Amino acid sequence: MLLSPDNLQALWLTIQVAALTTLILLLAGTPLAWWLARSRGWLSRPVGALVALPLVLPPSVLGFYLLVGLGPNGPVGQWMTALGLPTLPFTFAGLVVASVFYSLPFMVQPILNSMQALGKRPTEAAATLRASPLNTFLWVVLPLCRPGLVTGCIMSFAHTVGEFGVVLMVGGNIPGVTRVVSVQIFDHVEALEYADAHRLAAVMLVFAFAILLTLQIYNARQARQLRP
Amino acid sequence: MSSTPLCLHARLGLGDFVLDVALELPGRGITALFGPSGSGKTTCLRVLAGLERSARGRVSVDNHIWQDSDSGQFLPVHRRAVGYVFQEASLFAHLTVEDNLRFGFDRTPSAERRHGWDHGLELLGISHLLKRWPHELSGGERQRVAIARALATSPRVLLMDEPLAALDAARKAEILPWLEQLHERLDIPVVYVTHAMDELVRLADHLVLLEAGRVLAAGALQDLLTRSELPLSRGDGASALLEVHSTGYSPADQIAVVEFAGGHLLLPRSRQTAPPIGQPLRVRILARDVSLSLVRPEATSVLNCLPATVEDLRDDAPGQMLIGLRIGEATGPHTRLLSRVSALSIRRLAVVPGMALFAQIKGVAIVR
Repeated sequence: MLLSPDNLQALWLTIQVAALTTLILLLAGTPLAWWLARSRGWLSRPVGALVALPLVLPPSVLGFYLLVGLGPNGPVGQWMTALGLPTLPFTFAGLVVASVFYSLPFMVQPILNSMQALGKRPTEAAATLRASPLNTFLWVVLPLCRPGLVTGCIMSFAHTVGEFGVVLMVGGNIPGVTRVVSVQIFDHVEALEYADAHRLAAVMLVFAFAILLTLQIYNARQARQLRP
Repeated sequence: MSSTPLCLHARLGLGDFVLDVALELPGRGITALFGPSGSGKTTCLRVLAGLERSARGRVSVDNHIWQDSDSGQFLPVHRRAVGYVFQEASLFAHLTVEDNLRFGFDRTPSAERRHGWDHGLELLGISHLLKRWPHELSGGERQRVAIARALATSPRVLLMDEPLAALDAARKAEILPWLEQLHERLDIPVVYVTHAMDELVRLADHLVLLEAGRVLAAGALQDLLTRSELPLSRGDGASALLEVHSTGYSPADQIAVVEFAGGHLLLPRSRQTAPPIGQPLRVRILARDVSLSLVRPEATSVLNCLPATVEDLRDDAPGQMLIGLRIGEATGPHTRLLSRVSALSIRRLAVVPGMALFAQIKGVAIVR
């Protein structure tokens, strides 16, 4: 076997976190992007800045605030304890919540770009063809923004796989619960297990390259096809 | 309240631009909204369709009230039985031609459907395009599909916003005959925005002249076209539109005789076919193709020489004058023509209103 059971466990956990994060982001990020694309109000500016914040903030800062906020004494943590729910730090769920914040711009930005590129013409045309706003969103906006949605999903998944700082702050290093690949590699290096580190790092390298290559090919093909 | 088929009373401010119109439009035929860019033509259409939410006023079609600001009524766009054709076809790129046509039909309440989704196929000659994708169509084909798509929703009014403006001359020539056919066969009113004179004279029955957000004049196209105080009679396109009936054809000379209110014309056969006897035909006579003579010219190549009475004179471009002429008796059937000649000629001939003279029109200059 190429990878040790520990490494496989970390790999499987990483895929679970990334897949769940991507799904949540797709469901939450798409309406958020639509609102940002259509809103004329002042509120869209600060919200837009908030969404982009993880792009420029050091992961440790983001992780630190999440840790404090979600912890037993934080505002969210207290509220959750009052409801009889477990606190999130150092759990799988906490890791997913942190990843959702961390990868938010990687989902929202590509979708927002394709929605803005759409302009208002297709939605106006749909309205004159008897489609209600929700119907238009589902059957005109979403299909026409498919390239943005696909790009957003791929980028979010890949970006979540690659997170390290936030995981360390919020998730810690619990095998099978929060020890994802990036942390596992760090552990291997700390313990001078270079061979294990090499194998896992190689998997990540190939994965990242394959993802970006797929994206390139997909975008090139879309550019040729879906032009009205 | 009113029984006008189409009522548009609207006030709307968009930045510096203010639209303020009160229009009652006929329930059949093509009404053209004509004017320079920025005159509010497109905004009128958008208010009719409900695409301008901030507009105040009253919109009703066939006594269905779509908007009434006084009582706070506003029917959203997708509840209005309106067909809208945009300047760019705006077909859905992710759907085939057939699915584009079915899109609106499927969403039209079945009680409001008067036609099948394929109603416009034959009307616009697009049956062979059904399986294609929008990006595989030419500009003219795309626009024809867009018109058929709008018709598939069984609209009570068809709104067309400069549907030919984005096309080159060849594509325009390809689609115009289809629009003319639409004009003859459609049973709903069409509101057609354009700033092209050739589309106006070929397609429109009624005309609304707009300038800076206000209505300058509204009425039958033939009447407005020859009114010398309106901007239509300025510039090269100044012309009269005659509704004629063919009464005879000489195959040897390839000349048709056509009759209009107040006189008749000899018309050389056009590139297409000889006009069928009895069928109404529309001909356009440009003011610059009409010359004047005090006596009936004897030896001349000009085919048409009509006795005319001068109605009015107006200074036109520098050194030129525009003369309004009446063909036929004022008490009987008559038609108004425009003539543009040099101011020098007018001085030499001493032309004054009320004077009787002859209007000469070259047969080949008459545009069908």
